[in-house]
Amino acid sequence: MIGEELVQLLTPEGERIANSEYESTLGIDEIFGLYRDMVIIRRLCNESTSLQRQGQLALWAPVQGQEAAQIGAGRALQPMDFTFPTYREHGIAWCRGVPPKDMLRLFRATSNGGWDPQKYRHSVPTVVLGNQALNAVGYAMGIQRDGAEEAVMAFFGDGASSQGDVLESFVWASSFNTPVVFFCQNNQWGISTPMSIQSKIPLYHRAHGFGFPGIRVDGNDVLAVYEVTKRALDSARVGGGPTLIEAYTYRLGAHTTSDDPTRYRIDAEVEVWKHRDPIERVKSLLVREYHVKSAKFDEVITEADAMALQLREDVLAMDRPDPITMFDHAYAAPHPLVEEGRREMIELGVSAASPS
Amino acid sequence: MTTTNMTMAKALNEGLRRAMEKNKKVLIMGEDVGKLGGVFRITDGLQKDFGEDRVIDAPLAESAIVGTAVGLAIRGYRTVCEIQFDGFVYPAFDQIVSQVAKLHKRSDGVYTMGLVIRIPFQGGIGAIEHHSESPEAYFAQTAGLRVVSCSNPSDAYWMIQQSIEHDDPIIFCEAKSRYWEKGEVDLDNPPQGLFDAAVRREGTDVTVIGYGSSVKTMLRAADTAVAEGTSLEIIDARSLAPLDLDTMARSLEKTGRLVVVQEAPHMASIGSEIVAELSERCFYSLRAPGLRVSGYHVPYPPSRIEEDYRPSVERILDAVDRVMGAES
Ligand SMILES: Cc1ncc(C[n+]2csc(CCOP(=O)(O)OP(=O)(O)O)c2C)c(N)n1
Ligand SMILES: [Mg+2]
Repeated sequence: MIGEELVQLLTPEGERIANSEYESTLGIDEIFGLYRDMVIIRRLCNESTSLQRQGQLALWAPVQGQEAAQIGAGRALQPMDFTFPTYREHGIAWCRGVPPKDMLRLFRATSNGGWDPQKYRHSVPTVVLGNQALNAVGYAMGIQRDGAEEAVMAFFGDGASSQGDVLESFVWASSFNTPVVFFCQNNQWGISTPMSIQSKIPLYHRAHGFGFPGIRVDGNDVLAVYEVTKRALDSARVGGGPTLIEAYTYRLGAHTTSDDPTRYRIDAEVEVWKHRDPIERVKSLLVREYHVKSAKFDEVITEADAMALQLREDVLAMDRPDPITMFDHAYAAPHPLVEEGRREMIELGVSAASPS
Repeated sequence: MTTTNMTMAKALNEGLRRAMEKNKKVLIMGEDVGKLGGVFRITDGLQKDFGEDRVIDAPLAESAIVGTAVGLAIRGYRTVCEIQFDGFVYPAFDQIVSQVAKLHKRSDGVYTMGLVIRIPFQGGIGAIEHHSESPEAYFAQTAGLRVVSCSNPSDAYWMIQQSIEHDDPIIFCEAKSRYWEKGEVDLDNPPQGLFDAAVRREGTDVTVIGYGSSVKTMLRAADTAVAEGTSLEIIDARSLAPLDLDTMARSLEKTGRLVVVQEAPHMASIGSEIVAELSERCFYSLRAPGLRVSGYHVPYPPSRIEEDYRPSVERILDAVDRVMGAES
């Protein structure tokens, strides 16, 4: 299933393997940092799932199994780079510095965004599949015109790779040699639709047909994802043009908390992928090669638990917005229909805003 | 007469099943419609019974779902396209407006664009963005398309079959917040034609017209109004393009007062069209200007505050008071 051309620097057992093109440049502190990030993201995801189960969130899109893909990519970014996520990029958001509570505003249904995208250089979520790939290419065209040494990264899934917008974004990125890295997390499923319905060839092969390099990396190997992404970004920043990275991974959980994957996939498949757990893999390396003590791992667990506790507190304190806020920012300049609606709502008395 | 009690989701499922049994050329195509049975389970079990050739799990691309349905129509198939949620129909907009709507004309009537595009629409289910929109007016504005909406099991069962049998392309809007509500379905006889409006409750003072999710809210408003001494006549438009103006005008000639309810914003909306047409037809019977109760002119809000966006009983009754008060 996994082809020869998969870039891997760690086996599922956490043993290093040589790769002719890539080698890990990271030391113990950085590797431990990646481990910490992944544990925190998994904890965040578990906490969010239980918050949803308890009726505190409208929905949650779990990221279990994809932590290495996201943390490896997220940590390869430079502060001035810009990112365009979907609804599932919690690990990327974490690496960009978005506070966990802000990630949950969308899922608590109190906001359609949740954070200041310019502050974190991480755009607001795109739910309509594939739209953001074109937006990312446009942003990259702006970078070119500014003569800046920056790159932009567009995230999407195996399912979205079938959308016209994504394929058109490949054409544009290629024609204008834009500084964009397409990061496709192939988690094998688009809700109930298996990868085999989206593509008969490995997804990364598509890039070649559009005129730029494509590469498949073991999405459960955080060291490999980091190196592959870093090289693609470095190249993009200095005029090397686009790259498609296919992070070969697996969605261990449901599509969202509304989904029931037992209707369409077998447990045996899930079990196989559980053995390729991205977190255990790097933990094994840390123990075997760097003799990291269990106390050090425990500290991370403690930190993750504290984060989850804080997150829960923050979410519970996140009130229903005043309905009058729906009129804010619908337009940049005053608009008569918006003003009419605002007046009507104030008269209805459902807002705390007082009649003027 | 055989009547059965079922949910609207089940009624759609049964209607699709019956249409597929009747006509081997009927296909279903959409995201996750096969094994999963669609995210709302409308196509549950149909792939199992009719096979993967007739119930097709689509690669993830709405433009392709509709664009290939056009080619299938040219080849003599009738495809029911499922769009997963209202907010995801826009990638297919080009195919719908440029091909689906116009090919019959462009081919001088040689091609029949008998296809149905099912769209779960409107809000009220506490979803995230793009899952609660009301895009019906975009389609109603396009010549060549017909737009209908169902909001109860009986209509769901019959209207889906009538739409599949119809030779024009139909944009089929399903009030998703009503999927789980039960009602009686007469399995032998359709209640009425596909393009007829229905008087859901008779009344004498104000005609209230709406469709989809709004119908239930309108009926609740009618209950409350009775207590206040006002009698509302409730009309479910059912067909949004064309509109059954005869049924609507008949009511308005009786009541002289009009309120139209919709989740879509009122700018260039179905509601605006109803008010304009009826003002023309019933000018001398009108005792007050027709009013629209609509969603606001802002992107659909986060669902924690969606009930303050969607027309409420209170907002409908406010409008009723205004048309009632206009002459006193
Ligand atoms: C244009 C569009 N069509 C349909 C949907 C509904 N939908 C949401 S997620 C999803 C599957 C996406 O699969 P993939 O791109 O692989 O991403 P993943 O969810 O696996 O991360 C679908 C069909 C949507 N959000 N946007
Ligand atoms: Mg996927």
